Amino acid sequence: MKAFDYHRPAAVGEAAALLATLADSRPLAGGMTLLPTLKLRLAEAPALIDLSRLSEARGIKQDGDALAVGAMTCHADVAASPLAKALIPGLAQLAGSIGDPAVRNRGTIGGSLANNDPSADYPAAVLALGAVIVTSRREIPADDYFVGLFETALEPDEIILAVRLPVPRAAGYAKLRNPASRFPTVGVFVADTSAGVRVAANGFALGVARLPEFESALANHFAPDAVAGIHVDAEAFSSDIHAEAAYKAHLVGVMARRAVSTALELRGPP
Amino acid sequence: MALSFTLNGKPRQVEAAPSTLVSELLRDHLGLTGTHVGCDTSQCGACVVLLDGRAVKSCTLLAPALDGASVTTIEGLAKGEVLHPMQQAFHLNHGLQCGFCTAGMVMTAVALVADNPSPTEAEVRAGLEGNICRCTGYQNIVASILAGAAAMRSASDVAA
Ligand SMILES: Cc1cc2nc3c(=O)[nH]c(=O)nc-3n(C[C@H](O)[C@H](O)[C@H](O)COP(=O)(O)OP(=O)(O)OC[C@H]3O[C@@H](n4cnc5c(N)ncnc54)[C@H](O)[C@@H]3O)c2cc1C
Repeated sequence: MKAFDYHRPAAVGEAAALLATLADSRPLAGGMTLLPTLKLRLAEAPALIDLSRLSEARGIKQDGDALAVGAMTCHADVAASPLAKALIPGLAQLAGSIGDPAVRNRGTIGGSLANNDPSADYPAAVLALGAVIVTSRREIPADDYFVGLFETALEPDEIILAVRLPVPRAAGYAKLRNPASRFPTVGVFVADTSAGVRVAANGFALGVARLPEFESALANHFAPDAVAGIHVDAEAFSSDIHAEAAYKAHLVGVMARRAVSTALELRGPP
Repeated sequence: MALSFTLNGKPRQVEAAPSTLVSELLRDHLGLTGTHVGCDTSQCGACVVLLDGRAVKSCTLLAPALDGASVTTIEGLAKGEVLHPMQQAFHLNHGLQCGFCTAGMVMTAVALVADNPSPTEAEVRAGLEGNICRCTGYQNIVASILAGAAAMRSASDVAA
């Protein structure tokens, strides 16, 4: 790997100042995406700002009617958190299904959201739950946060500190995993929230997006059958060596049905 | 930069550039070549070590992450000539095959059983998702881990 300068600030202000002053510097979280990219020289960073000592970006807590997850919380900690399991079991389940155990022990929710891989799992949950991304500068509603392929509303020197996820009445996630990379081919997160039913899918060519037709069908009747037969346009997907666009479009309906079943199971009897 | 951490139970101080990967630090600087580098792209798990008890891929970890932490490598499992119960189980169940992925498999297995002392076969298979064997035989590895888990349980009964 090319040499770089390395800073490990203990305060958010200091981290943001370093990012603002050191040209092309990048935050480092779990490194599960950034380090492979640097090793393969797909990216270069003259300086890395390690966020691991920022206590403000740690911890999982209840914040009113929401679950607040610190940006530096690794996937394994969300999966094992009694609070996450009690408040949003569908989220804990999703976290426990990312990659493999070693990836879950390092990869963080903040890193996943900053990266916004079109196949990443967390963005679907964050968008469907109508979460708020809390940064070093402001609070960004999920609806304004995901901009496109690996693109978000974040400024280069802006640091995600936490994600505030409103506790839904029910929520569930289902995906078809690529058996080799373990990333989802298509995943759908459904949430019955106080702001209505929200549904988001990953795997689209331009990344995560909401599914309005699925939302209105489920608003009428929150049951797997309600989404049967909804047509999903293959245009929004791209074909790759793993799956054709038409197949991915078909998977959206299948995964949406399974996600609703999961949501109902996790909610338990009324 | 100066790093100080616990390595296989003993305090260590080393000087390393921040861009040093933990796999490089262990193998090239500290001579602990039991940790293998298979893919070097975070896929294969041959390089798994324990960082504060958790399985991590050392090829995708910067040396500064060790600062103040405790690291266990495959060299840290045996007590002198006495193999760790998980190592012994791999030996008895022919879990090694060519042996290249074994260190990572054993470290992942030790972390898995520490978390879940009585895993089912399905849980063992799910726990191995990040460890790839290119001899393409997971059967004996899974059998080894189930036997190793049982041995670790009785070892802790004896200790208790
Ligand atoms: C083998 C393997 C399998 C995987 N499988 C899956 C999978 O199935 N599903 C899935 O969703 N993901 C998967 N991942 C990706 C994994 O979840 C990563 O952890 C995640 O994408 C990035 O998180 P990180 O903490 O490692 O971030 P890093 O790699 O440290 O950083 C990623 C990017 O985000 C920026 N960044 C990090 N934190 C912040 C912050 N707080 N504020 C602002 N910017 C920040 C960095 O500068 C960098 O550009 C996999 C990864 C590997 C190696």
